[in-house]
Amino acid sequence: MATVQERIEDKLAAVFAPEHLEVVNESGSHNVPPGSQTHFKVVIVSERFAGERLLGRHRAVNGALADELAGPVHALAVHTYTAVEWQKRFGDAPMSPPCRGGDGGRRL
Amino acid sequence: MSAATDTLDKIREQIATHPIILYMKGSPQAPQCGFSAQTVQCLMQCGERFAYVDVLSNPEIRATLPSYADWPTFPQLYVSGELIGGCDIITEMHQAGELEPLVKDAAKTVVATDD
Repeated sequence: MATVQERIEDKLAAVFAPEHLEVVNESGSHNVPPGSQTHFKVVIVSERFAGERLLGRHRAVNGALADELAGPVHALAVHTYTAVEWQKRFGDAPMSPPCRGGDGGRRL
Repeated sequence: MSAATDTLDKIREQIATHPIILYMKGSPQAPQCGFSAQTVQCLMQCGERFAYVDVLSNPEIRATLPSYADWPTFPQLYVSGELIGGCDIITEMHQAGELEPLVKDAAKTVVATDD
């Protein structure tokens, strides 16, 4: 069975045809049990984002991962760039902030 | 009136009456999540007062806001009644110098709408 990370990678690859795609499982830095697949960071470079504001870009990513966000995924850091924006950053995406405890991974 | 409708009404009123309002985990003084903490940092550096709602102590808002807002996670920042984004967007806007003018413009409306 595919891991949550693999499912995220497959869905984003299918929807955005990205030039660059990075999905990082950051769960180990958070207040959840070892081996969790709850906190992820995605970095996507795609021309689909051209002319789209950040809010629209992030909604598109969230939409592509709606099943995961409604299920196992608790936190999703999203960094979206066009090829030109990515070049300007020299291929460097921001770090995610450190955990502050949260509620121990409890869901709603 | 159902509890869900009550919660939606409460959210609508909060967003309508506070030109700058942050839905977050914990409080600005004691954020309970790194994403909320980083968003508060960006917002505080804009130098304007802002309202906040701790969704950890308001579970009904935590359950209702994501579908209303079409935004699955917290924090969520609203300025002048409009969703601006979560931590990644706020941080990026802050670094680009776009957050402060937006927040300052919204803060001016507080005086204008007071009786």
